Amino acid sequence: MTEITFREAITRGLEEAIEADESVFIMGEDIGEYGGAYSVTKGFIEKYGEKRIKDTPISEAAFVGAGVGAASAGLRPVVELMSISFSLVAFDQIVNMAANLRYMSGGQIKVPMVIRAPTGAGVQLGATHSQSFETWLSEVPGMYCACPSNPADALGLLRTAIKSDNPVIFAEHSHLYGSRGDVPEDYYEIPFGEARIDRVGSDLTLVSYGYGVHILREAADAMAEDGIDAEIVDLRSLSPIDYPTVVASVQKTGRAVMLDTARRNGGAMAEIVSEVQERVMDWLDGPIVRVGAKDVPWPYNRGLEQDILPNAEDVVAAAMRVITF
Amino acid sequence: MEQTEKPRITATGLVRPVSNGPAPVSQSNNGFDASRVPVLSESLDDSELFRMYRLMLLIRRFEETCGQHYSLGNIRGFLHLYIGQEATGIGAITPLEARDYIVTHYRDHGHAIARGLDTNRIMAEMFGKNTGLSKGKGGSMHIFDAPQRFMGGHAIVGAQLPLAAGIALAQQYMETDVVTMVFFGDGATNQGTFHETLNLASVWQLPVIFFMENNLYGMGSAVGRVRHRGSDFSDAMGAYDVDVVSVDGMDVLAVREATQAAIDQVRAHGSPIFIEAKTFRFVGHSFADPGDQYRDRSEVDLWRRRDPLVTYPKRLLEYGVVTESDLDDLSASVDAEIEAAVEFAMNSPNPDMSEAFDDVYA
Ligand SMILES: Cc1ncc(C[n+]2csc(CCOP(=O)(O)OP(=O)(O)O)c2C)c(N)n1
Repeated sequence: MTEITFREAITRGLEEAIEADESVFIMGEDIGEYGGAYSVTKGFIEKYGEKRIKDTPISEAAFVGAGVGAASAGLRPVVELMSISFSLVAFDQIVNMAANLRYMSGGQIKVPMVIRAPTGAGVQLGATHSQSFETWLSEVPGMYCACPSNPADALGLLRTAIKSDNPVIFAEHSHLYGSRGDVPEDYYEIPFGEARIDRVGSDLTLVSYGYGVHILREAADAMAEDGIDAEIVDLRSLSPIDYPTVVASVQKTGRAVMLDTARRNGGAMAEIVSEVQERVMDWLDGPIVRVGAKDVPWPYNRGLEQDILPNAEDVVAAAMRVITF
Repeated sequence: MEQTEKPRITATGLVRPVSNGPAPVSQSNNGFDASRVPVLSESLDDSELFRMYRLMLLIRRFEETCGQHYSLGNIRGFLHLYIGQEATGIGAITPLEARDYIVTHYRDHGHAIARGLDTNRIMAEMFGKNTGLSKGKGGSMHIFDAPQRFMGGHAIVGAQLPLAAGIALAQQYMETDVVTMVFFGDGATNQGTFHETLNLASVWQLPVIFFMENNLYGMGSAVGRVRHRGSDFSDAMGAYDVDVVSVDGMDVLAVREATQAAIDQVRAHGSPIFIEAKTFRFVGHSFADPGDQYRDRSEVDLWRRRDPLVTYPKRLLEYGVVTESDLDDLSASVDAEIEAAVEFAMNSPNPDMSEAFDDVYA
């Protein structure tokens, strides 16, 4: 094991792929000369050249669409969006093209493309730059959506993403880039749809993904002081969702709280709670409760933004509602 | 970049290239001064000239037959007929090599036939059958044949343009000499993707041909009502330093010549070219549109007088490329092919319900 940052994990995954496979190339705004908005691809252009590392115009629809085209013609593009908020400008290319092409061509076209995008609120960027559209995109069939919470998962999931013959949304919460974690020395991949039990517990199941897992850990630590033993399930991908693991955990604990870092209304957990309760009704000792961001556009003001964001206290409060039900 | 030459619009509506790059690819003769040259085409032999006519007629009859089957309820959804634009599609697609890519929009059956795709399987797709090119899951607007490098059939106006740029990017990346041709209408030029893709193709010098079929209307919107500068397309392309070739889309040989030259140039130099073919759809935008509310009958009639299905065989006869009896035989053989396609489509099974869940993921 070596300890690296989340950023370094992604960088490593990209470099491995570029070196291993001639058909992999990276494209996005300011990923080359500038080194990437979050410095993930720093130094790449000097090392790998302009053919493999393509700076694009500020033209999301065109370069995401060009990624789809390049993928359909045999390459494996990894496209970087500066923010998942900017996916809106390319939504048609992502949803109508990348995800639909295979199906509507009767299986003739494959689109092995990864769209990497920083996601999440909390750094006072205001309404246009703080969104978490991985929850919207995870609903789209024909596409996968990975949301790693730590460096080891980021590397393992990125390997899977780049090798996948399907389009993949790879959502990287911006709070995580500097976070550290151990990464195995030996090569490994993490398949999509395999959740990870981040913490074993018996009283209550907490479910999230990405940065949400860190909020859950804080909440679980707080609850442990009060003698409540929470289990944490890290989904790792929002498409597909590992229902068996979630269901098994909730069957064991009889209670669950599910956290979105996106807006609670229409978040991924709205779907997951609904599905899980259908499967575990008989085991439940209380309602499954959702926690998420409040239902307003993201405010700039720090106080307001922090109030809108879900935090560990919100999770604990939700847990207490379930436990005292 | 400074323009060395102002775009000039000639009496026939032709726009000369604005760039000082390679020479203008072709000027249409509209068929009017055809008698001044001893042969109909200096570059195409009689069998190719005849083959082009066969494909043209095949499209026309295919489209008419689709119309009938739409009325019968055998074809549903949207149906955008290509009637009137056949000379453009045939002139544009027949000079492509098998290794070249085609990307197009929802008005795609004409292009599919021009590419020589299996008529049976195109028709079966129209009928939603599982023998269709897209297994009945695409429909008339989403025809794909990947082995023939026919990459759709795209029904969001303008969305196919970035896709084509990406395919061209892959060719540049893999160092092939493959050309990608993307079709779209005048209406699509108002989409952001059009401008974004032209810019991308220009800065990256992608081997792509932007082929605009300017049929003067986007649904009911005359190009002059919705586009600054109306039908003059030289300006926008000048902004991206992409060569513009304008050609008479009703003259199949002019289109073929212009496109052949463009293909040669793109293959050799790898940079993008924009072709505008002025053409007209004789029928409504889709089968739901009678096509008579937003344009005068006289305008339609004027264009109908230039129907390539009338003018082209006439030229073939005049130049002795074909005889009347050749044309009769051809007509019978095209009818037989369409009839067989309908029968194939009719007799093909619907997709099994389980197939709804296939092809979502690789
Ligand atoms: C994004 C989008 N907006 C609107 C439509 C509806 N629509 C389909 S075709 C069309 C007109 C397009 O005209 P043009 O590009 O000139 O092509 P033509 O149909 O004349 O071949 C419109 C408005 C659509 N399919 N996609």
